[in-house]
Amino acid sequence: MTRVIEYRDALNEAMCEEMRRDQRVMLLGEEVAEYDGAYKVSRGMLKEFGEKRIIDTPISESGFSGMAIGATMVGLRPIVEFMSWSFSLVAADPILNNAPKMLYMSGGQFGCPIVFRGNDGAGGQLGSTHSWCVEGLYSNVPGMKMAIPAFPEDAKGLLKTAIRDDDPVFFLESERLLSFKDEVPEEEYTIPFGQALVRRPGSDCTVVSFGRPVHFCLEAAETLAKEGISCEVIDGRTIRPLDIDTIVRSVKKTNYLVVVDQSWSFGSPGSEIASQVHQHCFDDLDNAVVRVHSADVPTPYAVELEQAYLPNAHRICEAVRSVTYNA
Amino acid sequence: MSVANTSIGTSHLTGIVPATGDSVARSLPDKTLLEWLRMMVLIREFEVRTMQAYQDRKIGGFCHVYIGQEAVAVGCTASVEHPDPIVTAYRDHGHALARGMDPKYCMAEMFGRIGGCAKGKGGSMHMFDRDNNLFGGHGIVGAQTPLGAGLAFGTKYIDEVINEGTSQRVTLCFLGDGALNQGALHEAMNLAGLMKLPVIFIVENNGYSMGTSINRGTTMADEITAKAKAYGMLSAQIDGMDILNVYDGMKAVVDQVRSTPCPAFVDMRTYRFKGHSMSDPRKYRPREEEQSYETDDPIAKLRDYLFSQKLFDEDRFKAMSKEIRGEVRASIKWAEASPPPDVMEELYKDVYVEEWGPYNGTSEPEMLTDGDQRKEEG
Repeated sequence: MTRVIEYRDALNEAMCEEMRRDQRVMLLGEEVAEYDGAYKVSRGMLKEFGEKRIIDTPISESGFSGMAIGATMVGLRPIVEFMSWSFSLVAADPILNNAPKMLYMSGGQFGCPIVFRGNDGAGGQLGSTHSWCVEGLYSNVPGMKMAIPAFPEDAKGLLKTAIRDDDPVFFLESERLLSFKDEVPEEEYTIPFGQALVRRPGSDCTVVSFGRPVHFCLEAAETLAKEGISCEVIDGRTIRPLDIDTIVRSVKKTNYLVVVDQSWSFGSPGSEIASQVHQHCFDDLDNAVVRVHSADVPTPYAVELEQAYLPNAHRICEAVRSVTYNA
Repeated sequence: MSVANTSIGTSHLTGIVPATGDSVARSLPDKTLLEWLRMMVLIREFEVRTMQAYQDRKIGGFCHVYIGQEAVAVGCTASVEHPDPIVTAYRDHGHALARGMDPKYCMAEMFGRIGGCAKGKGGSMHMFDRDNNLFGGHGIVGAQTPLGAGLAFGTKYIDEVINEGTSQRVTLCFLGDGALNQGALHEAMNLAGLMKLPVIFIVENNGYSMGTSINRGTTMADEITAKAKAYGMLSAQIDGMDILNVYDGMKAVVDQVRSTPCPAFVDMRTYRFKGHSMSDPRKYRPREEEQSYETDDPIAKLRDYLFSQKLFDEDRFKAMSKEIRGEVRASIKWAEASPPPDVMEELYKDVYVEEWGPYNGTSEPEMLTDGDQRKEEG
């Protein structure tokens, strides 16, 4: 059985269910408790779990991220909400230097079961400092896992997996998707990491993405279908682990690949996928991999500039036409 | 909470009420004081040999020795219970030994050997010992201070939320005076103050952040406890060159932090006799200053006290020193005999708990699985 709920409520259900089954799980962050969540993701949680488990923090990302990491060392499993991943940059030292490295640097003595989650990406005229797509910046670091759901069902299933995971998980949500409604199962479920999903089967060109741009890819595939180009759209769902097998299997069938990644192109998940595909199935490619990224500039404010900056269906269509020699 | 500007020895405890006006340390069993002396001498000897091993290129990377500050780690550790968490910065060998780590695991870690406490993956600045509740060894200045708040948050949460009881534990979070100017510390202190976390931020104030004297880098350098006041914290200034004094001051702070619970801040006045790290020529401080502190040696101070009380004598001190030299020599031999980590086995191990891709899971260091050694300590 399924019902239709918002992406934000899918996240909320995931946290509530996991907090009911495991007392070691707690939520902390800015405005998560009394304000009921800056984006209402934690709506009702203070009422159910009380102030000892739903904790409002001051605006101190470095302090409360590090504090949560310390708490994992004595056995807790915190969820840390960043109102925006853009604000996580001031917490770079704890989230990059402590969480993903603790197990290694302690020689296997201390893992770090923690979830950092919040809004990632541009799209609301917030200007460059508030529009970070941190996939490229953070996925570079070994020791962390990164999940980036595009649909409510994945948002819930992946977040439950993230909370149960023994390794640190960076969970990238999208403010632009929070009100997006879709079917979510009624019953208990989790979605494993490292399993991409073919969102739309096709035969002429593989289009891979993750997070919000998956929706642009599906939109583009619809347009291209009318032109007689059949796209296979793959939703990666997690960036670490990356399900390269599903991507390669598709490319072996279609012989063309477009990668859509909302982070900047230089040293990004998009460039990593292109590189891995070249390694795994170079001979199956009938053209070089084409990548669609955010423009290589700071995120602009003006609507026209911001729309041109971001990956969108129009740019994806152009990329598919180009790579399949239909331009 | 009653406020008292009581002083014990040269300690000044602001808002902290000592148990009695007399020295608690001096009334402890002789055996305890002798154990402290032994541990301080062990740390000193360990660090002397560490410097030699570094010069012989058996130890790589950055290496910071604890010589001169021994009374701090030993006295503070003695003031808490074994399950109380301890976290520190990169000058961490003394804390590891004081907490009960066998010197051989500490030395092997610096030698980059599989027998090291972190299987040779952490090095000098990253000593971890789960069984002894030592949570690192952290290399970035101030980074351990939010972790310290988190350890206190964690123990308090476990006691209050999961076990539905009262907070039991006190976390000791050591930092250098250089960390006073890191944002992380101030965020951690604010959080600790707001959330009433049972953590004690112990500033091992040796007067220099690397080569910059505290007056050149820190406001209110003569009164850094003023910073604690801004975060609603209890504070104390303690002479860290006298272990009896360290224990007395810390005991009062620990008792109050444990029973309240609340955070506290300690300006622990100490001095490092050697440089910041092994490559430091110490041109930033006058030799006269160094010499004046060397006459204030914490080991000599406790030794002389024990002599004066007829609890110990020169012959027994010599015998103890000799035995310790042997123990440290043995730790070096053990470290040398321990093989380097096997590349195939260890390079991709301990990255993730879960096995996936090239990552082959995790395993514990020999230190945690060596039952005999642990049994003795237990």
